[in-house]
Amino acid sequence: MELLSNLGLGFQSALTVQNLLYCLGGVFLGTLIGVLPGLGPIATIAMLLPMTFTLPPESSLIMLAGIYYGAQYGGSTTAILVNLPGEASSVVTALDGHQMARKGRAGVALATAAIGSFAAGTVATVLIAVAAPPLAELALKFGPAEYASLMLLGLVASIVLAHGSLLKAFGMILLGLLLGTLGTDVNSGEQRFTFDEPRLADGIGFVVLAMGMFGLGEIIRNLEHESTREAMIKHVSGLWPSKADFKRMLGPIIRGTGLGSLLGILPGNGAVLASFSAYSLEKKLSRHPEEFGQGAIEGVAGPESANNAGAQTSFIPMLTLGIPSSPVMALMIGAMIIQGISPGPAVMTEQPQLFWGLIASMWVGNFFLIILNLPLIGLWVKMISVPYHLLFPVILVFCAIGVFSVNNAEYDVWLMAGFGVAGYVFSKLECEPAPMLMAFILGPLMEEYLRRALLLSRGDPLVFLQRPGSLVMLLMAAAAMAVVLLPAIRKKREEAFQEEE
Amino acid sequence: MASTIRNTKDFFSGLLFTAIGSAALVLARDYEMGTLLRMGPGYYPSVLAGGLLLVGLICLVRSFRTDGTPIGRLAWKSMLLVVVPIACFGILIRDAGLVPAIVLLVTVSAYASERFSLKASVPLAMGMCVFSWLIFIKGLGLPMQLLGPWFGF
Repeated sequence: MELLSNLGLGFQSALTVQNLLYCLGGVFLGTLIGVLPGLGPIATIAMLLPMTFTLPPESSLIMLAGIYYGAQYGGSTTAILVNLPGEASSVVTALDGHQMARKGRAGVALATAAIGSFAAGTVATVLIAVAAPPLAELALKFGPAEYASLMLLGLVASIVLAHGSLLKAFGMILLGLLLGTLGTDVNSGEQRFTFDEPRLADGIGFVVLAMGMFGLGEIIRNLEHESTREAMIKHVSGLWPSKADFKRMLGPIIRGTGLGSLLGILPGNGAVLASFSAYSLEKKLSRHPEEFGQGAIEGVAGPESANNAGAQTSFIPMLTLGIPSSPVMALMIGAMIIQGISPGPAVMTEQPQLFWGLIASMWVGNFFLIILNLPLIGLWVKMISVPYHLLFPVILVFCAIGVFSVNNAEYDVWLMAGFGVAGYVFSKLECEPAPMLMAFILGPLMEEYLRRALLLSRGDPLVFLQRPGSLVMLLMAAAAMAVVLLPAIRKKREEAFQEEE
Repeated sequence: MASTIRNTKDFFSGLLFTAIGSAALVLARDYEMGTLLRMGPGYYPSVLAGGLLLVGLICLVRSFRTDGTPIGRLAWKSMLLVVVPIACFGILIRDAGLVPAIVLLVTVSAYASERFSLKASVPLAMGMCVFSWLIFIKGLGLPMQLLGPWFGF
């Protein structure tokens, strides 16, 4: 019954007129920017982050969460209509979604994605409400050793889930950790890697790094392939799926939701993995696997549900442990810190209104998505058809103003420019920036906990194996590492990532 | 020499990792290492830098032994036309104000596109100025001036 009263409290705060408006605004803006080709949720949230600075904490987080689902759904819309997935998790949606669109069933594909997302979002919201309190309680018992091991697990997971070469992903992780040490050392006050530059004393801002690597880097890369954009579907009609369609999407939605909810909790951006594995699961279970890749509705329903469920449950580690499981969650943590909330298990007990309000708003946000998206599809199509040469200067202005306004610092703008170059070069070298970003966030925390754990154990590194919680997480990390290094599975992993090519 | 490097992407990634790793390792020598019990500020970065160096070296070795696809041309022009105006935005925003910063950013970066035309980019810059004024200054109340001290404000 506590669950009901908690959710009641949540809805009370999520359903105030003000928060409803911010949620709606967030979903709308998120979709609006998310449909623009080449802009994923990370860039979208980073760009819109300054808009939430002046809001009260609750509204700002609710709006950001709304932006996140909006951006994610917008990405699927673009994937279906233009075959240009804005982010990794909608890559699989493009496979069958775009084929459906080519066969004149764009409306049905979009509706399927919306219905699947909504169903998955509803289940995932309940799951968060059920799972969060016991997890937060458990987290309160965690010592520094457990936290350090947990973060290591997160990093290993992000290597496993990275595309392409494992070795390079490992290198990017180390690079991210190293970048994270830049700034003042908390324990000794020593300036590390700052080159005596006072403006680097606080380290590099996360938004600066994310916008540079993902925002600018992506723009430069898109400009390179500017002329290769495919002709798009101008008119979308026949939104409502037929009875037979509903029958075919039911199973995939249920399976996708289950798979996505589980994988989303994993550190290291499980939502991407969820949509990939949901796709291959549906392909395997289907009675007509030859239809996959030709416009099978299951190939849209499964991954879309998995993707959305995963996106939602990735809030669980963020809310209960204060640890980001994906770059997007890292941005959310950044936003919480800007609002003066220190993320961690204490948020639930100290700010129940905010905690439960955010959870309830997730459901509200998903509801808005479905009622907003289907009628407004004409507007999204128009947004997609804005030519890129008019679009990217606008994005640049948003990035520049956004980064500048975080600290009112021109230095941040210059740093962002530098990271833009780095992001482009790394993408040319096929080094994934996502694991680096995760490592950058987790790095300073990990060092802190590592040092504290060793201090408590009087310098005995065995403490990480002696504490059961820590041991379990280290074993999981080792297992994950062993699994990807096994030749058989390695081949499977490569195949799974091949499908997106 | 070039013919023996079989995977250029791996080769340059390895070179980059090795360079950054060794630079960090050298820099971190100035920071106290400490012991495992009481880690100094240099301990953790040195371990990481060493690891990065190692990964870089493995990457280099691998680039001679396995095949890969070529990197392709770097789009220098787009890169500079995106990054330099952004840097200029940083220079102009406080002293010259939002309007000059936006006008410069939009009109110069627009050259990065193959479909560039002044007819489109000038109105776009104007539109962005009005839009940013409405959203960021009027709406969100961010502390930015339309025209800064350089114009006597």
